[in-house]
Amino acid sequence: MIHLTDIERKFLVGDETVRALNNVNITVHQGEYVAIMGPSGSGKSTLLNIIGLLDRPNKGVYSLSDLDTTELTDDQQASVRRHKIGFVFQFFHLVPRLTSAENVELPMILAGVDPAERKSRVQAALSSLGLSNRTKHRPDQLSGGQRQRVAIARATIMQPDIILADEPTGNLDRTSGIEVIQILEDLHTKGITLIMVTHDPDLGKRASRRVQLVDGKISRDTGDS
Amino acid sequence: MLINDSAKLAIAALSSQRMRSFLTALGIAVGIASVVLLTSIGEGIHKFVLSEFTQFGTNLIAVSPGKTTTAGMSGAIISNVRPLSIDDALALGRSPKILGVVPFVQGNAPVEFGKRSRRTYVFGVGFQVPNVWQMKVAIGRFLPDDDPRTARAFAVLGSTVKDELFGSLNPLGRRIRIGGERYRVIGVMESKGQMLGFDLDDAVYIPTDRALGMFDRESLMEIDLLYAAGSSLDEIVKRVKALLIDRHGAEDFTITTQEQMLDVLGSVLNILTLAVSALGGISLLVGGVGILTIMTISVNERRAEIGLLRAIGAGRGQILSIFIGEAVVLASIGGLAGLMIGGGGAWLLGAFVPALPTHTPWLYVVLAEFLAALIGLLAGVLPAHRAANLDPIEALRAE
Ligand SMILES: Nc1ncnc2c1ncn2[C@@H]1O[C@H](COP(=O)(O)OP(=O)(O)OP(=O)(O)O)[C@@H](O)[C@H]1O
Ligand SMILES: [Mg+2]
Repeated sequence: MIHLTDIERKFLVGDETVRALNNVNITVHQGEYVAIMGPSGSGKSTLLNIIGLLDRPNKGVYSLSDLDTTELTDDQQASVRRHKIGFVFQFFHLVPRLTSAENVELPMILAGVDPAERKSRVQAALSSLGLSNRTKHRPDQLSGGQRQRVAIARATIMQPDIILADEPTGNLDRTSGIEVIQILEDLHTKGITLIMVTHDPDLGKRASRRVQLVDGKISRDTGDS
Repeated sequence: MLINDSAKLAIAALSSQRMRSFLTALGIAVGIASVVLLTSIGEGIHKFVLSEFTQFGTNLIAVSPGKTTTAGMSGAIISNVRPLSIDDALALGRSPKILGVVPFVQGNAPVEFGKRSRRTYVFGVGFQVPNVWQMKVAIGRFLPDDDPRTARAFAVLGSTVKDELFGSLNPLGRRIRIGGERYRVIGVMESKGQMLGFDLDDAVYIPTDRALGMFDRESLMEIDLLYAAGSSLDEIVKRVKALLIDRHGAEDFTITTQEQMLDVLGSVLNILTLAVSALGGISLLVGGVGILTIMTISVNERRAEIGLLRAIGAGRGQILSIFIGEAVVLASIGGLAGLMIGGGGAWLLGAFVPALPTHTPWLYVVLAEFLAALIGLLAGVLPAHRAANLDPIEALRAE
């Protein structure tokens, strides 16, 4: 379903070009669980952003569900992100002035979902993650693990096909990190494609497929069939 | 995205920065308040002046001696100008569509009753004053329809003169002296109050030709004509002009219609109102710049949030409308507050300073609110555009 061919992404820093991704080829099928690993600056986040349509490659073809994404307009890309992709970030990225429930509701507001339906979906999502008594809390009133669970509820509320997680445990202690990983893995067992960037080899081992990036190139891919 | 949700998001964002939003809205509020207040005063003065000038009726034509040309008063000082006479007035009064005529002279003379005396205006007029000038007699009656050349020595008092000379005494039938001549009081006018500082009641009315004699004048100062409502003013003016030219042999007089006067007055007053509200507009502009500044700061501070919104599926258009929405809501709230302050201020001013009339037209209120929203929109466009064009990746890294 995710099909990257000869992807290249360059950044201009001063008058020097940094090749964040260099000739990347990868195919990820529906329902896979992929860990992207590699040293800092190797291009993991850049790869994830391109898969998530937040960034465009300078070269190469990215087709998502047989759709050539490079031909999509900005609005069409936004619509794909809205309906097919859920992001989970290292720094949670919750809107600080909104409550947990309102943060989770946000993607549905952008998608124009009926308000009555939104409320019940938010309640269901939050209680399935054990947050039913935290719906009216603002992010600064939650622990790190709780914040990340709210972020996961938000990422899944539109029932996407793909979850992209960029070091989702990077800001969490061991226990809440494991909790968050288990939630993500539960989603994977329900059929969601899970792509996760991690530094942690132990977490990497839990994935069914590991992709190693070095200097913007895939140096190892355990599951490429 | 539903419009309801946009408004809710905007209000949530604005209320999370209460002090800042309050101050920014205050800028717009002050602007709108001053526009509304100043416009109210301008409109109030407008209405007031117009009503002062129309209290003597609107279907009036005044004929005065001399011809005003664009070069200024020229005819008035030329000796071969035939003065306006009582006969001219009578002739004009007989022409069709003319309902009444007042041959008019005015002067100043002492009015005495017993030991009391008062210097006052003396108006030499005809019997049709109540009709033509739309004035009412309070007690007694107005001057009778005497032959203008041999009119009896009757006088009608303005209410101030009556109060000053007679107090609570009934003046009807009493003999008074005006400019040394003996008159009999036959009526008292209803009070007309003041007009532009003039006490309209400080006057006595006597027959025209007696006034001419008293002031040693040959001719009238003015002839006022009342014409039938609904008739064509142009035609009447044409007929009056033809008739007088026929009598005088030349156009040595000036015709002024109440309509012309009101037109000129109206446009002068409109310019006044406009100038005054433009003054308020300056503070509104300052308020708009305040919104622009705050929205720019806000976009800068919320880059991470913008990145996140893009990641969860907001298109550029949605980011644009979110931030413009905030600016518009902010300005509209400020506008509403300004309307209340300005409208309330105008009302208070009217209540406590009756000399300064105010009038707040509803249309202006609605327009002012739209103006506030428009200013919010304009001030919001630039920062919102910046927000919409942020690179989502860059925006997300901003934390
Ligand atoms: N917006 C940018 N402008 C300039 N250079 C960038 C930009 N984004 C990424 N880079 C560069 O691209 C390279 C890859 O960056 P990327 O963020 O993908 O690394 P990463 O593997 O996610 O690293 P980390 O593990 O530290 O998060 C780096 O050298 C980085 O400096
Ligand atoms: Mg990274």
